[in-house]
Amino acid sequence: MTSQKWRKYLLWFANEHVEFRLPEIKSIASLFNINIRWIEKPNQHPYWVVELPSEKAARQIASRSVGLRSCMELWAQGKTEEELHKNVRSYPMELMKPYFKPELSFKIHVETFCNRQSQAEKVSKIESFSYLPLEGSVKLKNPDVCLQLLEYYGLDSNHIPEKPYKLFFGRWIADGQRDVITMLSLKTRKFIGNTSMDPQLSLYMANQALVQPGDLVLDPFVGTGSLLVAASHFGGYVLGSDIDFLMLHGKTRPTRIQPKKERDKDESICSNMLQYGKGSQYLDVIVADASLPLWRPSFKLDCIITDPPYGIREATERIGTTKNYQISNHHLEGHIPSKVEYGLHQIYQDLFQFAAQHLKMGGRLVCWIPVVRRDYSEDRLPMHPCFQLVANCEQVLTKFTSRRLLTLEKLHEPQEKYTGSDVNSLMGDFRAKFFQYGEEQRKKRKLRKMLATQAYRQREEKEANCRAQLEDRDSSSSER
Amino acid sequence: MKLLTHNMLTSKCLKGVNVGYPLGIVAKDIKVLETEFNSEFVLRIIPKLDWDTLWNAADSIGHSGDLPRTLCDDYENDVEFLKKAHHVLLEVEVINGELVCPESGRKFAINKGIPNMLLNEDEL
Repeated sequence: MTSQKWRKYLLWFANEHVEFRLPEIKSIASLFNINIRWIEKPNQHPYWVVELPSEKAARQIASRSVGLRSCMELWAQGKTEEELHKNVRSYPMELMKPYFKPELSFKIHVETFCNRQSQAEKVSKIESFSYLPLEGSVKLKNPDVCLQLLEYYGLDSNHIPEKPYKLFFGRWIADGQRDVITMLSLKTRKFIGNTSMDPQLSLYMANQALVQPGDLVLDPFVGTGSLLVAASHFGGYVLGSDIDFLMLHGKTRPTRIQPKKERDKDESICSNMLQYGKGSQYLDVIVADASLPLWRPSFKLDCIITDPPYGIREATERIGTTKNYQISNHHLEGHIPSKVEYGLHQIYQDLFQFAAQHLKMGGRLVCWIPVVRRDYSEDRLPMHPCFQLVANCEQVLTKFTSRRLLTLEKLHEPQEKYTGSDVNSLMGDFRAKFFQYGEEQRKKRKLRKMLATQAYRQREEKEANCRAQLEDRDSSSSER
Repeated sequence: MKLLTHNMLTSKCLKGVNVGYPLGIVAKDIKVLETEFNSEFVLRIIPKLDWDTLWNAADSIGHSGDLPRTLCDDYENDVEFLKKAHHVLLEVEVINGELVCPESGRKFAINKGIPNMLLNEDEL
């Protein structure tokens, strides 16, 4: 009886951050306790055919996914138009009939992936479904039933085929959360900085962390709070800490191109939260050094999401000095503590240990880690005995470097003092390598340019010589 | 700084300080701002709290109101109580003042609602 409720659904994705798709959907499925049956193994194509236990499950997935464009109950698919229509005709009428009732308004929506179409083409495609016994009236805005035709023209926008590779037809269920990316755009956000995370990736992170309404979420390298914005969007109550006093007080140099040299007076993480109507979920931010204990040992968090500094655009620093001195009393007021290098591997070691202590059991730590691509292998990632690696997705930054979004789930309470894994040499010298490769590339480019200029000059000289010889010949022949 | 945050903060970062809890509050400026009441969140946060610390902190800045001194057993169903807890936890904010380490007396400034827990380099 229950097995009859299982239906085929089509998940239709945006062609962006392809590696994040599967981890995101898996996270959302675990969040709502949805069992997904995969009809095909998820691949690089922007559509997946899956079986879901209910329409509610489909709506739940769409209510959280940022990668998902839309979701429909799949009635038929085909490699050609003819095949699609044949399959629509053979889809059981008793499953379609409930949506064809006279009192239900409807529309048919046509969408293409990697191609454009004129209105006339759309209309003719819609009319090709005229054999469906739709009895309701047509309503273009908010119809009761929206039927959808999707045409897939491949991934290569430079070679668009005349006919689509694949066609899908079914009943539209819900759109994904692509709109939120625009709503949370950095372009319109009050307070941003050099390293504010773009909203799409921030939302992915919040999904990976399984942020739920009423969760307590912390970012220990909070910066401008871009990750907290995403966490609060899904109902999280947010806390942050950062070593940068000026950043948290909105006094760093503005990063926007603008005539003003200073930021607005009210720029802060709090005002960002207010901007998006999440002021009630803003708890606090604290100026603190991530290398030192700050919280009560028994304080438990639901999620930790963070993007630590890589030492490129944000410095990797903690309070300290290499000298030995005491600050005299009359200098104490307004003293700015000096900072020393806080090695990347040390940052992650401390972060993992912190998360092991302060996350609830089953809670997730979601963080970025910068890597030199040719040095990378998964077994060289820093690890912690209390965590299981749930997902690991790459975002390429340059030819040589990328960052990986790690999703770690806490499985055990920390037993003994953690001294760090000994294989985490992966990002120890990230900064040095980053600049070394950059320098190598610059030299190569310079050399290439020089050679090209030389070749061009030689060619020009040669041509000039040829011309001169010809002219010589001409003039000497006329003299003769 | 909200009292919820205060309930979780320590001065353990200081050398020789073992517990560093609870921090004293010297409030120069307090703001009371209404925020949306979410009973689910308050219910989830109460078990994480040190109730004595919360009550004493609220009392020390004159905002304990009629918040009960001890947690009663049946607080889950007492909406009035949850609202009072919500008020003290999330609506009373120390804007300017100091946090004081209970062991060493070291003061940490709170400016514009943001506590500064940074040490100086000679305190490490």
